Amino acid sequence: MLVTLFGISVIIFVLLRVVPGNIVDILFDAAGFVDPADKANLEKELGLSQPIVVQYFTWISGLLHGDLGYSYVSEKPALQEILPRIPITARLAGLALLFSASIGIPLGVISAVHQGTKLDYTLRVISLSGLSLPSFWLGLLVLMASVSLFGAMPIFNPNPKTWTEAFAIYAVPAMAVGFRSAALTMRITRSSMLEILRQDYIRTARAKGASETSVNYHHALKNAVLPVITVIGIEAAFLIGGLIVTETVFNIPGIARFLVEALRWRDYPIVQNLVMFTACVVVFTNFVVDLLYAAIDPRIRYGD
Amino acid sequence: MRSVRALGVAALVMLALPDPTMAGEPKAGGILRIYHRDSPGSASIHEGATYSINIPFMPVFNNLVIFDQHIAQNSTQTLRPELAESWAWNDDGRTLTFKLRKDVKWHDGKPFTSADVKCTFDMLMGKSQQKFRQNPRKSWYDEVNEVTVNGDYEASFNLKRPQPALLSLLASGYTPVYPCHVSPADMRTKPIGTGPFKFVEFKANESIKLTKNTDYWKKGLPYLDGIEFTIITNRSTAVLAFVSGKFDMTFPTHITIPLLKDVKSQAPNATCVVEPVNVSTNIIVNSSAPPFDNIDVRRAMAMSLDRKSFISIMLEGQGDVGGTMLPAPAGLWAMPKEMLEKIPGYGPDVNANREEAKKLMQKAGYGPDKHLAVKVSTRNLAEYRDPAVILIDQLKSIYIDGELDVVDTAQWFPKVARKDYSLGLNLTGNAVDDPDQSFYENYSCGSERNYTNYCNKEIEKLFDQQSIETDVDKRKKLVWEIDKRLQEDVARPIIFHARAGTCWQPYVKNVTIMSNSSYNGYRYEDVWMDK
Repeated sequence: MLVTLFGISVIIFVLLRVVPGNIVDILFDAAGFVDPADKANLEKELGLSQPIVVQYFTWISGLLHGDLGYSYVSEKPALQEILPRIPITARLAGLALLFSASIGIPLGVISAVHQGTKLDYTLRVISLSGLSLPSFWLGLLVLMASVSLFGAMPIFNPNPKTWTEAFAIYAVPAMAVGFRSAALTMRITRSSMLEILRQDYIRTARAKGASETSVNYHHALKNAVLPVITVIGIEAAFLIGGLIVTETVFNIPGIARFLVEALRWRDYPIVQNLVMFTACVVVFTNFVVDLLYAAIDPRIRYGD
Repeated sequence: MRSVRALGVAALVMLALPDPTMAGEPKAGGILRIYHRDSPGSASIHEGATYSINIPFMPVFNNLVIFDQHIAQNSTQTLRPELAESWAWNDDGRTLTFKLRKDVKWHDGKPFTSADVKCTFDMLMGKSQQKFRQNPRKSWYDEVNEVTVNGDYEASFNLKRPQPALLSLLASGYTPVYPCHVSPADMRTKPIGTGPFKFVEFKANESIKLTKNTDYWKKGLPYLDGIEFTIITNRSTAVLAFVSGKFDMTFPTHITIPLLKDVKSQAPNATCVVEPVNVSTNIIVNSSAPPFDNIDVRRAMAMSLDRKSFISIMLEGQGDVGGTMLPAPAGLWAMPKEMLEKIPGYGPDVNANREEAKKLMQKAGYGPDKHLAVKVSTRNLAEYRDPAVILIDQLKSIYIDGELDVVDTAQWFPKVARKDYSLGLNLTGNAVDDPDQSFYENYSCGSERNYTNYCNKEIEKLFDQQSIETDVDKRKKLVWEIDKRLQEDVARPIIFHARAGTCWQPYVKNVTIMSNSSYNGYRYEDVWMDK
């Protein structure tokens, strides 16, 4: 895991510097010209004139000591800028995944159980639309609908007055971003369930008089859920991409939108640390998924 | 007779009814909520060159003088004292002396004195030990020799030569007075001013909050308890939020003409105004390399422009054709229409202009069988990209095959500085509707913002001549002549001057959007809300 993170840190660092332009170019862009002397001074002040290897080790040694550096733009400690945004995105991502699992899995089971029926076709059309509709479009549609129907919109407020406001602030964008994920979960659950439902032990369970609910949800789903967990794990990692757009459309000050803004400004300390943080989350999620495999399927054991 | 009497009674009743558009007695209180189009790079007005900084931070400061905040057209007639109680020029027009107010305190309680004025302008002129990270308007003070003080409440600007326009530059929203005792770094993150509102916090990409300065030197002001800017970069979300009542006002001049219809239909009670923004869409030409080192090719390119089509496509007709200076009636210095139309390429018959342009292209060796291939470079922003596409289409009519070259924002000015372009589609904003600001900044030999390095010593002399001229009518004639020659020289062909909309809820009172600058009208000290 440490080797993976080290590799990621090198890739992030190098890629960021391969992109043409730096914060100084952007700052001068606002001024409408580039003054070479002022540019050199500013690059020196920000440590950008140092050799790239020195810059890398300065960052990594700081990171190991809990010093993430200073944002070039706000001139505040990067940690102070990043920390308050993490719970916002975590809440949104958690809700989106919850929505995805709580909608996708039951509908996938229903669709599989009623294979070939009108209900199955309807659910498949819904899931296909979920995969086809871009989340920003869906988000804008939701905003327009709420303005036109209710004369209000769920725009972010750090201190919501009521629980309904708090719910709307997070739940609506979570649904917008989770819809695609729910559709994918549903399709995977359906195909996995269809495969399991044809297994001999399912027929045996039915022959022994187990109820349909017990067969579907106890015997079949338990075994069908493994690929679904894999997909949810991957989706959790990819969610950051969807959240960038959703946080922008719903104006949520989370880390995803912040990352894009920081990248626009070439605010290296913010971008490096945020991408590193995201990489850690992805690595950790994969680890949790692996543990879940073992918990759900006793045949899978690590270290035997 | 009865009907006449009825009409009279009806008229009296109408007169007695309160006019909803009239502002009544101002009410104190309330937080004005405005959305902000993007997250500004810092809070320091002197270090920025975008109104994304001016708008939220102008209420924190005061200038020596300011343009009247309720007269839309900024001019020397609308100059009002602010931190200066009065001002006077000496007889030879080389010394401008300000008598300063004695009852002004900075937001941290320290007294404002003439030392702060000296500090601010020394720093702007690059003469102090403390330096700004960037100083984009240093050239505004090229004619100022030094700023001297006489006691705590008098400051004088000693000039190398008379420059009547200096007062207008000092009245811009870009010219607040900074405190001596606060470093430029602190001014970028937690600015201290003397203005009607105190800085509370600036959360990047989130919000900017200002609160009422209860110790403001203008007693009884401001009316508002505070101003909150919520940063919303997505224009659709921002407009929807305004329509739904989440905001009291849109970001000034942020509503495009096509979008204005939507806002008006969804929020019919909102007050919306459309004003010129004094930003021209223009072409920068690399005249130091082929093919545009040939004046015939440059002229042909300028003559191919159908300016009205640009305005019709992009602004639904709500834009203006003009030269460098903002067109009338909003602009004070625009040349008369009949003079403008005599400039090659500005005549109303576009086909005739293009026939002339074709002849010039043929003279330069191009024609139906030999087209000229060029890249049209521009920034990757809609307001740049869209006119560039129209330009490419129009250039086809004179044997020029343009290819769009979209450049990342971080690379735009370095690319322009390297002269790594043939044609560029550019936007130029003017902070003050005054020729000194526009001519010296954009066309003067050696100016940093003179991207094309256009340099004409003869015209440069005319720049100085108009700059020292105190007679406005004489100065106007000189300005017209200069503008005409700049267009004839294809220095930076102007395509159009845009207009944009601003909307606010009906209960917001006393907002005036300036008609000849987007940078000077945001003090908001007497804005109030009737709710």
